Amino acid sequence: MTTDKYDAIVVGAGHNGLVCAALLAKAGKRVLVLEANDQVGGAAVTRPFADGYSTSACAHLLYQLQPAVRKDLGLKPALARDELATIALAESGEHVRLDGNSVSGVSDEDAAEYRAFRKRVNRYADLLETYLNMAPPRLGTKDKRDLVTLARLGFDIRRLGKTEMREFLRIIGMNIFDEVVERFDSGLLKGAISLDAVLGTHLGPRSPNTMLTYLYRLAGGHGRMAIAAGGLGAVSDELAHVARGAGVTIRTGMPVRRIVVENGRVAGVETEDGTRFSSFTVISNADPKRTILDLVGARHFETGFARRATHLRAKGNAAKLHLALDALPEFRDLSKKELGQRLVIAPDENYVERAFNPAKYGETSPAPVVEITIPSLADDTLAPTGKHVLSAVVQYAPHALREGWSDGTKAAFEQTVIETIARYAPGLGKLIIGSELLTPADIEREFHITGGHWHHAELTLDQFLFVRPLNGAAQYALPLDGLYLCGAGSHPGGGVSGAPGRNAARAILARGIE
Amino acid sequence: MRTYDAIVVGAGHNGLTTAAFLARAGLDVVCVEKNDYIGGAAVSRNLYKDWIYSNCSYVCSLLRPEIFRELELHRHGLQVTPYGGSVTFMQNGDYFGSYHDDEVMYREMCRFSRHDADAYKAYSADTMRQCRFIREFLLSTAPDPTSFKPSDIRELMKIGGKFLEMSEDRMYETIRFWTMSVAEYLDEYYETDVIKAAFSGSGIIGTALGIHSPGTAYVLLHHYMGEVDGNVGSWGYARGGMGAVSKAIAGAFQAAGGELRTEAGVDQIIVKNGKVTGVALENGEEIRGNLVVSAMDVKRTFLNCMQESDLPSDFYRRVKNFKIRGSSGKLNIALDGLPTFTALPKGSPLIHSDMHFIDSMERMERAYDDWKDGTWSKDPYVDMVIPTLNDPTMAPPGKHFMSCFVQYCPHQIEGRRWTDAEREAFGKTVIDQIANYSPDFKDLILHAEIRTPQDIEDQIGITEGNIFHGELTMDQLLFNRPVPGYAQYRGPVAGLYLCGSSNHPGGGVMAAPGANAAREILADLKRPNTVPENFGDD
Repeated sequence: MTTDKYDAIVVGAGHNGLVCAALLAKAGKRVLVLEANDQVGGAAVTRPFADGYSTSACAHLLYQLQPAVRKDLGLKPALARDELATIALAESGEHVRLDGNSVSGVSDEDAAEYRAFRKRVNRYADLLETYLNMAPPRLGTKDKRDLVTLARLGFDIRRLGKTEMREFLRIIGMNIFDEVVERFDSGLLKGAISLDAVLGTHLGPRSPNTMLTYLYRLAGGHGRMAIAAGGLGAVSDELAHVARGAGVTIRTGMPVRRIVVENGRVAGVETEDGTRFSSFTVISNADPKRTILDLVGARHFETGFARRATHLRAKGNAAKLHLALDALPEFRDLSKKELGQRLVIAPDENYVERAFNPAKYGETSPAPVVEITIPSLADDTLAPTGKHVLSAVVQYAPHALREGWSDGTKAAFEQTVIETIARYAPGLGKLIIGSELLTPADIEREFHITGGHWHHAELTLDQFLFVRPLNGAAQYALPLDGLYLCGAGSHPGGGVSGAPGRNAARAILARGIE
Repeated sequence: MRTYDAIVVGAGHNGLTTAAFLARAGLDVVCVEKNDYIGGAAVSRNLYKDWIYSNCSYVCSLLRPEIFRELELHRHGLQVTPYGGSVTFMQNGDYFGSYHDDEVMYREMCRFSRHDADAYKAYSADTMRQCRFIREFLLSTAPDPTSFKPSDIRELMKIGGKFLEMSEDRMYETIRFWTMSVAEYLDEYYETDVIKAAFSGSGIIGTALGIHSPGTAYVLLHHYMGEVDGNVGSWGYARGGMGAVSKAIAGAFQAAGGELRTEAGVDQIIVKNGKVTGVALENGEEIRGNLVVSAMDVKRTFLNCMQESDLPSDFYRRVKNFKIRGSSGKLNIALDGLPTFTALPKGSPLIHSDMHFIDSMERMERAYDDWKDGTWSKDPYVDMVIPTLNDPTMAPPGKHFMSCFVQYCPHQIEGRRWTDAEREAFGKTVIDQIANYSPDFKDLILHAEIRTPQDIEDQIGITEGNIFHGELTMDQLLFNRPVPGYAQYRGPVAGLYLCGSSNHPGGGVMAAPGANAAREILADLKRPNTVPENFGDD
């Protein structure tokens, strides 16, 4: 069965797919988006997890949505709470609060050093932001655009000034561990910064490269965090609304079985139910491995390219725990107002590193790092009146658990996490009415992300910029005519940023759609 | 009072190299050394009866052939005999051998996996390509990317040019190679755990990183880019132990009229009116010189031997934060006879090779976890060799010398000094590890010298006993080594230079930092250059 022909088909209605589709439609293209799940948004969705309770399923904080994306699409996500502070929890109750560029609960020296540190990293993040919002240049080509971009990159780095340029070139490959140990005394402060650098990755604070992941988090908004009203699903819904307004057709509950290749080029897609949609342009919001190896098939690519795709690293470690609570939990020495902030459990940099150790061997952390929000404090649509939702990102829970993920291993890890939080919030256990743990394996199954990795492919220098996700596919076009990537696996990476979607749309429009 | 043209502090192989090239340019040079023997970490010591120990560095490979030839080290007694291969003993009683002969290597790998055997060729070619790329830059000064000086721009263009000679795909592969972990790099080629474990050791030797840490693929090169007798990637023994290397360079230095003084430890490098004027020795004596060249690591140079007030504050802070972490220990053992290894077939040539005792990637990484926790690896990676099988001059007939390089071993135990009991326990861990595969080993031990990084620091003077004088991570390589803005062998005070392994291109008995420093000094003095050009890939 064949239906009408579209200018472009986007596989997956994750936020990047929607951004890409909307921008193409705004340029006058006829675009169809096919989504496997019944809801749009991919990993940025709000969904129920217990009777009367719902929450943002995977991503739960809004902090990276690129200003360029907001502007191009006129997005104005409703925020239940903006400019969240981070509270690094201490068992003693002597918490440390990180708020923008200031920190309290530490020595004066640490506070002053933190301001200087933030000033510097924000400057580098600004430099990075420019390049996150454009397709990376190719190397060794004679293409004028690539050469201009490369020259500009060199010029921008030089423009930092001699001292800052040296510092930038020094720290870009460094680890966050050495940086925080060089600068700060407070374990909680060092722990909180380390946690920010490793969230969503298969890296520990001592792993070189974690300075880059930290800067990445700050690019486009300096790490300012917000809780979206209605959860992150509301942001996806707004995106879908904008896309539909621009003429995009979105069809949910339509899993794509394969991307059709005919005469050496893309010819459309076929869904699980056998329906065939034709288009000479297919843009995949799915991760690169799934796109290349499953949806298209290795045989349609040059062997070396297919081999590299096989070796693409995407080992997810971030689990998500949702708790339906009978009442607001009490955290030691935290006011109700403070409970609405972002709470982190990462007592010091060594704790974070030790949490990472077992992940290398396919084991979960016995003492995990946790990022907690209680979104129901700011948003009463998520839980019945007087009740609350606790949403936590937990590391490390490796995708490929050695023992295998089962009800038993899941329950054990959930218990570990609850006990860890309860050290700071005694009595938490008694409030739990319902819960949901999403391991990377669950995220892979439910959201169709290989490895359940929130960047779709590890965010390390060897999978960054010119080589993200892999050689020969860094500019959104895959080496198969008509096929493109627009998800987190492509440049610059994951997070609800919209940058890959926007960059992809621009690259596709620049090439022209047949 | 006599004023030397240059005083070189430290008679390690780099200090001696700088001294030799300066003396050959006609300068009046003195090289001062705190110990009563020369060589720093490239020494032959007689610590037990008639045995000669290469008690710190133990094999020779990276020594730049350009320097070898220019200084005519063969005339000064240096002979390097090649050896090769390696063996990794397995817990199941088997072993994996590495051989120089491609055919033998292929057959050996096939015992484990045909797939891996087939991948070996591509692996060797790809790794060697990266070696060839970097080897071009060993004997040149790293360009300062912030500078507009013609020499810096020329050097940057040269690197850029070499890079651009590659195909687009190769460029991306190179970028990836420089930034990935050795574990991931090996994963791209091999499926067999023991094969990966056997090859991964070179990615972590001397560094405080694990096989999964990004950037360790590059460290691999520091062990592959050497050459012996024109064979790239080969290893060799200096006849008479590693001290023969230092002795030969010292011979070249003295032949050129240089003066060598041992038991002359430097207490302070003297600065007057923003310029160095000489050094004050620990015994109170003062030596005057127009230049002072430090072969010590940067921390020791600036934090121990200079006044903070003489240094720019930002520079001082950078040096303080320079990462130079002790991560390796050493056991030197005198043996009553040749130990047997149960797994090895009779007559196996692998007894001549590097022997290793960790057969899985997980065990490799767990060894690192112990170091992070502030203790030595309880299941350590040991690079063990018996040099006397190739060089009978190092032990009495029928007896043997064994060198065990151990990874990981921290500079301090949980942040405090080692106790004697802990040093003994560390030694026992290593001996037990070997004895697991060699039943008669323990009974053959006549004497063992156990060296923790702290001992290496105390005896040789290298901060934290780090064999590379500083971690080989991206933030401390090329123009970042040792400190951004000071990567061209010039210190922050007029007349002060650096020539040790803390500088580009880093450690290993390479003599490249020493030669590069000499070239820069001679350029500043407008003297003819005596340092040879990079041979490139001839």
